[in-house]
Amino acid sequence: MDAQFWLIQAFNGISYGALLFLLASGLSLIFGVMRIVNLAHGSFFLLGGYVALTVIWTTGSWLLAIPVAALTVAVVGLLMERIFLRPLGFDPLRQVLLTVGFAYLFQQAALDIWGGDNLDITPPDILKGSIVIEGLHLPVYRIFMIGMAGTIGLALWVTMEKTRIGAMIRATVDDAQMARGVGIDTSRVSMFIFALGAFLAALGGVIGGAFLGVYPGLDFAILPIAFAVVIIGGMGSLTGAAVGSLIVGLADNFGKALFPEVSYFTLYAPMVLILALKPTGLFGRE
Amino acid sequence: MESRRKLLIVIAALLAVLIVTPFANSYVIVLVTHALIFAILAMSLDILLGFAGLPSLGQAAYLGMGAYLTAILATRFQFGLDWTFGLVVVLGILIGAATAALFGLFAVHAGGVYFLMITLALGMCVWGLAYRWNSLTGGDNGIVLPTRPEFGIQLADDVTYFFVVFGFFVAALALLTVLVRSPFGRSLVGIRENEPRMRILGYHTWLHKYLAFIIAGGFGGLAGVLWAHAHGLVSPEDVVLATSVDALLMVVLGGPGTLVGGAVGAGIVVFLREYLSTLVPWWQYVLGGVYVLTILYLPGGLMSVPERIRGWRARWENGVRVKFPRHTS
Repeated sequence: MDAQFWLIQAFNGISYGALLFLLASGLSLIFGVMRIVNLAHGSFFLLGGYVALTVIWTTGSWLLAIPVAALTVAVVGLLMERIFLRPLGFDPLRQVLLTVGFAYLFQQAALDIWGGDNLDITPPDILKGSIVIEGLHLPVYRIFMIGMAGTIGLALWVTMEKTRIGAMIRATVDDAQMARGVGIDTSRVSMFIFALGAFLAALGGVIGGAFLGVYPGLDFAILPIAFAVVIIGGMGSLTGAAVGSLIVGLADNFGKALFPEVSYFTLYAPMVLILALKPTGLFGRE
Repeated sequence: MESRRKLLIVIAALLAVLIVTPFANSYVIVLVTHALIFAILAMSLDILLGFAGLPSLGQAAYLGMGAYLTAILATRFQFGLDWTFGLVVVLGILIGAATAALFGLFAVHAGGVYFLMITLALGMCVWGLAYRWNSLTGGDNGIVLPTRPEFGIQLADDVTYFFVVFGFFVAALALLTVLVRSPFGRSLVGIRENEPRMRILGYHTWLHKYLAFIIAGGFGGLAGVLWAHAHGLVSPEDVVLATSVDALLMVVLGGPGTLVGGAVGAGIVVFLREYLSTLVPWWQYVLGGVYVLTILYLPGGLMSVPERIRGWRARWENGVRVKFPRHTS
């Protein structure tokens, strides 16, 4: 338990948090705008990984796989929102069950198309290996994950804070009825957000594929962790998603290293406490 | 008259299950036993969802508490393998209720989507402990139970065990039916329909919901005890999110607020998960499809089908096309 241990664990936690940010920022936005508990979000993550694998197998290009996978899954999300979720109107229970139904359908489809083996996405050589700083071995891929999440986070922040669509989204999160009243097409905003959420989750799936692997069951394994991030950070808040990802990434790493027997408990118990004390999360707005 | 007819139909259906099942092949007996256990879980959830209007995404937690208690007592202390099985049932109900009493403190005051999220988180807490607390729960491998209890009658025999589970199911159905028809049950419906009004009328609505939450937890614990011995293995698989979600589907599929509907839904979901999955590799399409179609086209569940058919018939006979209001809640 020397300084090296703490530094390495902190680095691992932060890089895991970076991956969680990609997954959870979309979930948070979807919840904030649409008030939907999207249990198919893990499926978007998994599908992203699988589509990327297909692209890599056919073209051999990892770089091409990232946008293709993210856009494909975004289209899937867009269709799901337009055809199935939109007509339901606002009914939390039915929306949840509908997204579960889709999660099962996606699971089966993935099994039929890509089989049941554990697969791995191999990143290009330039991202392999590690660099050594002060005796610490830092894998380049994890640094890449942090950079990627930082870039995406910055792009999202600029979109949300500086553009017209961002202002529309924020207005819808704060008060959908009022937003409609001033002429914002909240239905279009919802569609955009759901597709964007799917896009980000799939992006996370491609990036995480080299790190977690791509296998049946990954969808439901990663989903509750994404919810922990969203709940701790606050729903519909980008800053919240970023802080929540870091907290959960670090808590998960240190929890597993320090108290393995209760490590998941240390992840979900704070989630319960925060929900009970401040249902809107640390950064959520009333 | 109407409610009497319904009662007769339920009794006839129960008798049919009781008489036909023992003569079916051994696999069907196991399947029906599992369905009855999940029916108890689904009915416990129906108290929350159908009557109090609280959609819990963590009902598997109470099943897990009951099941792990049974397994740990049986393997560590050889307790509950003879007549003490009765005590284990009581303890299972108590631990389910106690867990719900603790969880309810966090969950019950939340409403709508937040209730969904907080019960999800609570369910994940239990899963996390089951999955990681190796020294107590056996971690991922779970706990394999020794033989079933034996006290004059041999529960190891699947038919005998079916009778026992059937007995518990009927008792649970009867108790819950009495409960929902009691003034307390009516107050839950009132809270579901209009909580502020109930509060103005002087009801302590939080307390009523909290009690309903505890009662549901108790019946969940009972289902857990029965499940542990039915399956012979208790593992984190039993407390995963999917189990809680399936319990919700059972209720919604059958018809929330009907109790019996949950049992019907449990039968269908268990059949799909356990039987169809042995027949065809693509059974998950059917399960997912049932979810999507139920939500889109059958908001009142299967129990609302007779009423809908009567509605259509009435329209035909009158020859007028009345546009029925879409179910929205």
